[in-house]
Amino acid sequence: MSGVAVHLEGLRRTFGTVHALDSLDLEIAAGELIALLGPSGCGKTTALRVLAGLEDADGGRVLVGGKDVTRLPANRRDMGMVFQAYSLFPHLTALENVEFGLRLRGRRRVPGRAAAMLDLVGLSTFGDRYPHQMSGGQQQRVALARALAIEPAVLLLDEPLSALDAKVRVQLREEIRRIQTEVGTTTLFVTHDQEEALAVADRVGVMRAGRLEQLAPPAEVYQQPASAFVADFVGLSNRLPGVVADSSITVLGTSLPLVTPAPAGPATALVRPEAVDVAPAADGEGSVLTSSFLGATSRVTVTVGETLVVAQVASGLLPSLTPGTAVRVTLQPVPVALDVSVN
Amino acid sequence: MADQAVAAPRRKPRGTALLGTVPFFAYVVIFLIIPTLVVVIGAFAGDDGGVSFANVKALTNGYILDAFGRSITLSAVSAVIGAILGALLAYALVTSKAGGTLRRVVTSAAGVLAQFGGVTLAFAFLATIGLSGFVTVWLQDHLSIDLYANGVWLFELPGLILVYTYFQIPLMLIVFLPALDGIRPQWREAAESLGGTTWQYWTRVAGPLLAPAFLGSTLLLFANAFSAYATAAALVSQGSPIIPLQIRGALTSEVVLGQQNLGKAMALGMVIVVAVVMALYALLERRTAKWLG
Amino acid sequence: MAGVIARRHRKQRIFRWAVLVVLGIFFLLPLAAMVEFSTRNAETWPLLVNWPKLSDTYPDLAEGIVSSLEQAALTAVLMLVLLVPTAIWVRLRLPKLRRLVEFLCLLPLTIPAIVLVVGLAPVYAWVTYFLGGSSLTLVFAYTILVLPYAYRAIDAGLSGIDVKTLAEAARSLGASWTTVILRVVLPNIRSAVLSAAFLTVALVLGEFTIASLLNRTNLQVSIELLGKSSATMSVAVSLAALLLAFVLLLLLSLAGDRRRSTKENS
Repeated sequence: MSGVAVHLEGLRRTFGTVHALDSLDLEIAAGELIALLGPSGCGKTTALRVLAGLEDADGGRVLVGGKDVTRLPANRRDMGMVFQAYSLFPHLTALENVEFGLRLRGRRRVPGRAAAMLDLVGLSTFGDRYPHQMSGGQQQRVALARALAIEPAVLLLDEPLSALDAKVRVQLREEIRRIQTEVGTTTLFVTHDQEEALAVADRVGVMRAGRLEQLAPPAEVYQQPASAFVADFVGLSNRLPGVVADSSITVLGTSLPLVTPAPAGPATALVRPEAVDVAPAADGEGSVLTSSFLGATSRVTVTVGETLVVAQVASGLLPSLTPGTAVRVTLQPVPVALDVSVN
Repeated sequence: MADQAVAAPRRKPRGTALLGTVPFFAYVVIFLIIPTLVVVIGAFAGDDGGVSFANVKALTNGYILDAFGRSITLSAVSAVIGAILGALLAYALVTSKAGGTLRRVVTSAAGVLAQFGGVTLAFAFLATIGLSGFVTVWLQDHLSIDLYANGVWLFELPGLILVYTYFQIPLMLIVFLPALDGIRPQWREAAESLGGTTWQYWTRVAGPLLAPAFLGSTLLLFANAFSAYATAAALVSQGSPIIPLQIRGALTSEVVLGQQNLGKAMALGMVIVVAVVMALYALLERRTAKWLG
Repeated sequence: MAGVIARRHRKQRIFRWAVLVVLGIFFLLPLAAMVEFSTRNAETWPLLVNWPKLSDTYPDLAEGIVSSLEQAALTAVLMLVLLVPTAIWVRLRLPKLRRLVEFLCLLPLTIPAIVLVVGLAPVYAWVTYFLGGSSLTLVFAYTILVLPYAYRAIDAGLSGIDVKTLAEAARSLGASWTTVILRVVLPNIRSAVLSAAFLTVALVLGEFTIASLLNRTNLQVSIELLGKSSATMSVAVSLAALLLAFVLLLLLSLAGDRRRSTKENS
């Protein structure tokens, strides 16, 4: 186990009147990969930069392996960092970039260390290329190799995939996960892409206004969002009117358990499209409005009275769900969150 | 569809499309190409109109070589001083808030001051450190310092260097600032997170990255000073220490026959120096664009 | 608490102000000296703003001022007429010629004015033969002189819009090429054209080399002449000319800033 535990304690940071970090607490276990997820301006990047030492905190402490590094400058914190883009030194080749940190440390160059790192990211034959001769994805791989070459205590990834094409993005995130598991470095991964966060992380932290709304394994964040904000930000949700009674909510005639208790009365439930089943039925109360083919699954919009419901269905069902078809809508009894912003 | 619409007429009347550029090309030929050729051909023409290398050979005369030497010294010294001070100023601006008032005001002022040459600049310095200039008189009256105790250097090479610096620094700011802007903050942060100190960042990352731009800008400043005429002409009325003033002498003295073509030879010499310098500049600029574009 | 980053910012701020103050003194001192020098004689400035009296006292200076203003205006017009249609036309119909046009336009940067004068002398013998020796004929040389700066401004303007698509759209609607250039492209590069014109005016007002050596007159030539007889007046006029150039170029750079910022906002 090469990783060390990281502890952010009550970090505060304000820019003017904006609280970028509002007493943020976060514990990362040794060797764990935590993804910080949230909309832009939620403070996730600030959290990462404070941990890196690239930004001052107004208050709070940063502990790495139990040692307080709050007052330590960035170059003595022993962190490997991968930036959004364009962070490779343009006057150095890929190999020289990877060697950079090793040389700075005056460490006699471990023979083959840099080459081995390039090999790890699958670019062993690209050593003498300059950054401008490589694609964005390749550049990010080199940046990852460079960050890992110094065997950092912590690996920091600041939206490393957001400047890449969708296909490369998926490929590279799988690879980041593989490499991180292999080297076992404690990792903080900041992203605004929920799919990315869910795919790579051991635990996902959803941030809002400088605080953590929820910190949990990906499946839990998705299936049992701690708040309406999380439910809304992670994945697509239907907003369906219902009535709360006895820690459950009745929506479209179905009683659904609540994630968090709520006072009785009318409320809006956030229901995932995949928790909605649609079947043709002559006496159904719903009517198909639109249907769109998305590949393995398809999406159908149904009107039920005044309410619009989006459902995810198997693509095989699509021919029977042409617009205008009368359908019956049923909800699967999975726990749902309430949208508090509307009430 | 749209492609065809434009492509079709292009294939047909190519000649008429060319016609549209005739005024421009004709004008440039008459007022730029012909004068250039006059200089080049004239440099190799004898007084009788035949081919002659006498003018080019005359360039090796002691007084002309000296003038070239002084021109190069003046240009090099003012370029290096201007480049260093201008780069410091540019760095000072880059560390200020991007798009802030300070930066806008200083770059705008630099835009004006870089063009501020010639007669007005010469007179500005006469008013400042001329024999009865503001600073000269003040120093004399208040501190009993005689600026010109060792001779009046304002009208000689040291004076020209000082005056030239006045437009070299702003020019450096203008041409060097884009390169500094091209330095991404990520590079500093990456260097830091990899364990680099500030010194290591400057010597291993920023230094090598900025070197071509700095060198290129210095060359541009050199060419700028080398080509300058008006400032020196207004300041120096006696003698012709530098090449542009030698050319003035050759142009205005119609007494000595053949001087006209000697002027052309000196002009050709200037063009060659400037062309070499500008070619090097373009080379370095391309490297900069690749790294910092 | 003052963190590591805050400390670095403070160091940078100290460095910034140190550099700005030292260089600020260097750059402002000559300007202040000009003010001081030109006010030594109380009559100088009142005379400078009293045009009838000025042209009476210093006829050469008055002639120089008028000449320079005329040259500036005519050069701007000639430059625009010559360059704008050509730049647009080459982009639209003759893209292969673009490098050549660019090369020719930037060529004057490598030919010092003093060298150009040497070559222009015989050409101007013909100009004088056909058009006389008026100082206005300097406009021909000045148009070449401002070519690099004007070309860059206009080229930047054209790069900022999609000339080709605009032209194709207009052509498909039945516009003639003249209409395309005058009513479609030109309005879209208005600010670039304005920049080019401003730069031209500023450069022409500061020109000395060619006018002086071709024995014609303009503002700078007359200031230099004046320096030999009335130092105070010549410094005053220099300062006034400088302030005028300041205002012109400041307007120009502010207009440029606005153009950039509106682009960023959209």
